[in-house]
Amino acid sequence: MSFTVELLVKVVVVLAIALPLALVVIFGELKVSAHMQSRVGPYFAGGRWGWAQPLADAVKFMQKEDLVPSSADARVYKLAPYVVLMGTLGTFVIIPIGPDLVSRNLDLGLFYVLAVSSLSTLGVLMAGWSSGNKYSLIGGLRAGAQLIAYELPLVLAAVAVAVQAGTLSLNGIVEAQAQPWFHIGDFGVTLPFLVSGQIIGFLIFLTASIAELSRIPFDMPIAESELTMGYLTEYSGIRFTMFFLGEYAGMVSLSAIAATLFLGGYWLPGLSNDLLDWVGPLVVIGKVLLLCFLFIWFRWTFPRLREDQLQSLAWKWLIPAALVNIMATAFFKVVF
Amino acid sequence: MSALDAGGMVQISDAAVSVELVGEDMMLNIGPQHPSTHGVLRLVAQVDGERITRLEPVIGYMHRGKEKLAEVRTYPQITTLINRIDWISGFANEVPFVVAVERLMGIEVPERAQYIRLILTELTRISNHLVFASSYPLELGAATPLMYAFRERERVLDLIESVTGGRFHPNFNRVGGVKPAAGGGSTQKNVVLDLPAGFFEATLRTMDKVLEVCDEIDNLVVGNELIQARTIGVGVLPPEIVLAYGVSGPNMRASGIDFDLRKHEHLLPYDDFDFDVVVRSNGDCFDRYVTRIEEIRQSVSIVRQAIGKIPSGPLRAKVPRVLKVPPGEIYVRAENPKGEMGYYVVSQGGRVPYRVKIRSASFSNISVLPWVSQGQLIPDLVATMGSFDFVLGDVDR
Amino acid sequence: MASFPLGGLFKGMKVTLKELFTKPVTVQYPLEKETLVPRARGVIALDVENCTVCMLCARECPDWCIYIEGHKEEVPPSKPGGRVRSRAKLDRFDIDYALCMYCGICVEVCPFDALYWSPEHEYSEYRISDMLHDKERLTEWLETVPEPPALES
Repeated sequence: MSFTVELLVKVVVVLAIALPLALVVIFGELKVSAHMQSRVGPYFAGGRWGWAQPLADAVKFMQKEDLVPSSADARVYKLAPYVVLMGTLGTFVIIPIGPDLVSRNLDLGLFYVLAVSSLSTLGVLMAGWSSGNKYSLIGGLRAGAQLIAYELPLVLAAVAVAVQAGTLSLNGIVEAQAQPWFHIGDFGVTLPFLVSGQIIGFLIFLTASIAELSRIPFDMPIAESELTMGYLTEYSGIRFTMFFLGEYAGMVSLSAIAATLFLGGYWLPGLSNDLLDWVGPLVVIGKVLLLCFLFIWFRWTFPRLREDQLQSLAWKWLIPAALVNIMATAFFKVVF
Repeated sequence: MSALDAGGMVQISDAAVSVELVGEDMMLNIGPQHPSTHGVLRLVAQVDGERITRLEPVIGYMHRGKEKLAEVRTYPQITTLINRIDWISGFANEVPFVVAVERLMGIEVPERAQYIRLILTELTRISNHLVFASSYPLELGAATPLMYAFRERERVLDLIESVTGGRFHPNFNRVGGVKPAAGGGSTQKNVVLDLPAGFFEATLRTMDKVLEVCDEIDNLVVGNELIQARTIGVGVLPPEIVLAYGVSGPNMRASGIDFDLRKHEHLLPYDDFDFDVVVRSNGDCFDRYVTRIEEIRQSVSIVRQAIGKIPSGPLRAKVPRVLKVPPGEIYVRAENPKGEMGYYVVSQGGRVPYRVKIRSASFSNISVLPWVSQGQLIPDLVATMGSFDFVLGDVDR
Repeated sequence: MASFPLGGLFKGMKVTLKELFTKPVTVQYPLEKETLVPRARGVIALDVENCTVCMLCARECPDWCIYIEGHKEEVPPSKPGGRVRSRAKLDRFDIDYALCMYCGICVEVCPFDALYWSPEHEYSEYRISDMLHDKERLTEWLETVPEPPALES
């Protein structure tokens, strides 16, 4: 196939998997949070389960008026949602969902993913500044500080995995987890990195992802009860939908990265490579949904941390822990 | 200039930046419409980054003129007005006013009526503290305790409704006791509005559920390290400031002052019951929260004891049909769930009072906000404001 | 800063997980309805026979939401040679439920048992003027008035 057709097919397939998965996660959040709070959640949209609620919400947002506040900086205001969405959707390119099913198997996969996902920070700052609203400004500034502070633990935790796997390519990392870690007699025991030494790295990565997504307990930038949506206050209609989808697509993408780095990606112990071509996507989706459930569970149980507590958590605890983690991984890798 | 040594080179150890970073404070209007100001309270704050340098509350957005309206309403009609001052604890607002009128008229309230008043007041206290216990974590970000507490609050409100007919504005107190009968006619007169059948069982069951939800909230909120990090040491009110500003109720008791109007004034027969006054010593937001949770438990114990001991008897003393209060003036105060609520009633004879002055708890409670918010961050201000548990209806009347 | 994350956080997570698997308490309103207690104050019903147009309810209402008009009628003497008596007849008895605060003072002061409480509450209208219930509508509510509940012994 020619390059453009192949490119088009890959883009369509990636969007066809990522966006519906984001909608599934939105629906899951609505229902799971409702049952955790002893209520029912969506009920009428689409039969008794309310599965059409996210679709109904999307249609509702699309038919809303396109507002730009008069004191807002219009060009930056209109550009901000696209920048955020770009940063999020760009990470789906290198996530492997099967041994050969990946949009592009970059050798620098991990590096690329972490670099692209930090583009959304810029979009958030743009949104906060250009809204022409003091609350949005405060939210945007908090967001900038938080997202930059938590990039570092995210990256350092991923570096430890790269050290243990010996490669930056995500396919390579999954295959490294498929190698037996130790042998009991003739039987090779294969373990995902979560169990084979990266538990602290996983916890750091999880905490940093929640902060990168601005979810409770780290949602100071949005802080609904103080700033009425922070940097998102002035956004409505389709622009808000893009931020909203961007947040859930970000959840899916960070879960997918965490699943690939720590839980083994598309690989399950005992499955051969041919089977993985078919079952792989389901395995990845299952792991992604599991991690998204964890995100949802944390959101509805915990309150939010104050800004300075957030920052001291990142700088005083997570970064030193991540550095120690890297050193320990390197030590064990060299010695054993 | 002394940084230059003999050769004209600047020594690094001596060089210093001598420019002060000058910035302007931003005027932030935490406006009347805001998710966490419990109503239409406007706080004009001058913030330096996120630190508050000066705070000024602007109230009056919800002024309904209750004191002026009370000058043209008869005494039974005033009860319907003052229900709505602190609308979360509806029954507890009526009690001090009615007791004030009874004392002016010299009427003796029958025992059973006093016990019913006491049970309903404690049920309203539980309902109010449940609202607080769940809306406070909501301001800090945890959305789940709200649903659990409101689930149990529905049961308490159902109890109040089964006796009085109304959930929030029961309008059940009458001068001389509680509402005795459904009407004035020959059949309605005999429909006694006493406690309905099954009330005692339903109350005991509900009290068990309330204790369960208190334990759930303990696990979910009080023991949570994130909540503790947000509230311990935040918004500390030392006892001198509490007394100087007139802060009352659980806010006062969380700062170490052991004073409860239930034991001090004798409007209702609290002396017949054995309960502790919850006092904590730090005076920060965490203590104010835990004080109210403990007060729920104490109220549950009072209700259980009261159900065991309630005497039988008439529900209302004999009062003339057309109520005229002899001239005089009196101030009666009681322990509203939010603090000290008092009514100063001046009567010049006649069916209508001359003046009713309402001393509401929340008005004095939030007057301490400018002092306590000095140098706080905005999230801390939200946490402190929430911990005072005020409603705008109570502030503005 | 408190050191992180410890038992308190896990206890909280356990509570929400437990609630995830318990049945929700929602009552799906238009499809399922709760029954209200007999004393609930939903709507006021009028028994026209008993009303003697004494105007006490209209006077005592704190919102003045009851509008009453009546006139006196001559009733022929029950025995020949007796006095002609006059009886009050109700022309108009309207309660404006947009103003009513459901306090119950009117029901309580009526000396002739003409007003009753009923727990019916589903009478929302699209126009405010339809919230004024006239005599006929108030009489219809009389069927919904429940028996007073039994009392605690």
